[in-house]
Amino acid sequence: MPAGKIHVAINSDQDIVLARQKGRALAAELGFSAVDATFVATAISELARNIVAYARRGEITLQAVRGSSRQGIVVVASDEGPGISDIGQALRDGFSTSGSLGLGLPGVRRLMDEFEIDSRPGRGTTVTVKKWRQ
Amino acid sequence: MEVPILKQGEFLIATFQADLSDADLENLRRGLVQQVVRFRSRGVIVDVTAMDVMDSFASRTLREIALIIRLRGADTVIVGIQPEVAFAMVQLGMTLEGVATALDLEEGLAYLIEKFKNID
Repeated sequence: MPAGKIHVAINSDQDIVLARQKGRALAAELGFSAVDATFVATAISELARNIVAYARRGEITLQAVRGSSRQGIVVVASDEGPGISDIGQALRDGFSTSGSLGLGLPGVRRLMDEFEIDSRPGRGTTVTVKKWRQ
Repeated sequence: MEVPILKQGEFLIATFQADLSDADLENLRRGLVQQVVRFRSRGVIVDVTAMDVMDSFASRTLREIALIIRLRGADTVIVGIQPEVAFAMVQLGMTLEGVATALDLEEGLAYLIEKFKNID
């Protein structure tokens, strides 16, 4: 299992591409199927996009994890942006405040196996998602 | 990033590469629409075979390309969406509704030819 965390600073649309490439590479290294590797890469793309759209800068970290009987990937997207005042609303399909999004978080939740969000208005947002190898 | 755009009679064929940034996609949209105007094209095939991720921005941009080109009186068909990409797009909620799609370049061309046969 690859050790350590991979950090990708997210400041621009180019970094969105870089983050999802690294996520796909890690998924491939861990033996994820093509579909699951694509799910991971797509989820990372959406999370990185949220950072650029709402917080302008932040970070994506990727890490291999071992559960009791399986391997997986943890993706953490964190920023110190404006935060989300109504998380329930942000998790509903069709909700957007940036004008360019609206399907991000519910879609990410469907693509991944586990989803956690911690956000405080004025302090920032951290989204943690996991995908287990089938 | 330059997108290869091939003129084939009254149709254009645009081949999208992997790893396109948002800025690349916006340039492609602009470039493609300019070419449609310049060549008075009646149909456009957008080949996305090489794209291994289609997130909300890419899906939305593709849909916009098709809608803009439709307003020009031309038709767009998206070809080559990979099966795992299609799977992820549906999970994400991006279904390219109202946009024609086909399996590959050959079927895309067949679709456009069939479509314009009836008009001529």
